[in-house]
Amino acid sequence: MSFTPDIQIFCCHYTSQQAIAEGADGLKEDGLPAGATINRLPCSGKLRVSTLLKAFEDGADGVCVVGCPADKCHNVTGSQRAAHRVLAVKKALAELGVEEERIEMHHLERGFHPEFIDAAVAMNERVMGFGPSPFKDEETPAEKAPKKAAKKPAKKATTKAGKKPAKKGGKKK
Amino acid sequence: MIIAERKPVDEIVEMVADAKRVLVLGCRGCVSVCSAGGEREVEILASLLRLGCKKKGQKIETIEATMVRQCDKEYIEAIDQWNGQYDAIVSMACGVGVNFIANLRPNDIVYPGVNTGCFGGSAEQGVWTEQCAGCGNCVLHLTGGLCPVARCAKSLMNGPCGGSQNGECEINKDVPCIWQAIHDRLTRTGRRADLDKVAPIRDWSSAGHGGPRKVVRDDLTV
Repeated sequence: MSFTPDIQIFCCHYTSQQAIAEGADGLKEDGLPAGATINRLPCSGKLRVSTLLKAFEDGADGVCVVGCPADKCHNVTGSQRAAHRVLAVKKALAELGVEEERIEMHHLERGFHPEFIDAAVAMNERVMGFGPSPFKDEETPAEKAPKKAAKKPAKKATTKAGKKPAKKGGKKK
Repeated sequence: MIIAERKPVDEIVEMVADAKRVLVLGCRGCVSVCSAGGEREVEILASLLRLGCKKKGQKIETIEATMVRQCDKEYIEAIDQWNGQYDAIVSMACGVGVNFIANLRPNDIVYPGVNTGCFGGSAEQGVWTEQCAGCGNCVLHLTGGLCPVARCAKSLMNGPCGGSQNGECEINKDVPCIWQAIHDRLTRTGRRADLDKVAPIRDWSSAGHGGPRKVVRDDLTV
């Protein structure tokens, strides 16, 4: 099947150094898949299960979480916590009958390295094999177009990740 | 606290198959402490319900809210604020909360979002263990504070069975023999003589075998 997978990458301040230094064009040159969006966090331990699920709700075909090596996290156990949350989402995807490999945790050294791009490429190829996410709206291309145009890169999801939880009095979705 | 665990998502998606608008209702009591049905878990379940229904081609809207408790009439009445906005409620409180909603809101459809397990405590981060059976006739003063009703696989009242080996229960090597622990503790605290008392045949009527239990405090009723 030919489609451009929507890959959401959540990475910490340290593992995203390459992304910051090279910018969008540099990353593209390095081979970052066209549909990949980088969402920066202060620490991968900041990620919540609901943020990862929201990525799928918002149309992600695959999600990569990149944190420091388990024993070298700047915040001691942040990347270990992130790994546990990724496992929780894997379990939930399996319960819903969806490929749990659509989300993956990576522990990478900080700084510049090809593994960062490799992680996104591997997820892109994997998702190409699976096909589009079964959670995607079956909208017509005309309906989809304005939504895509309004979609902001990186920063938008970074804000989402740090969003406050449910308001008092209930929130409607 | 009451220990609970979220039900499998597919089970809950199946429950709400006929509902287009679901109120996912958490509780800030026990289930919040054991990370089964608090505010965070409400957010997760609501998201999973939307994803699960979307995958099945069903449209669903969710309202997410968390009550202080679901085991008091006053809090259940607060559900009125969403009247007309939901077709069904998924309560993430323990079974008490689900029952209270069913008792007090006769026309509402309510489903359980969690499986209620036991009375227990947090042994370590992410691990909860049963400590009390709520049997209604506490014998902890005789057993060094360790409960043989909840923590002995056979709820024995007069010492260990033959399956106790090296302080472990025969049902699982990870389960300590609570009677061994009781013996060790009473010996350590100089109260081993407490074990000489023979516990009489137990009256289990206070444990629910005499029907649903009720506590009435005349000093508090109005």
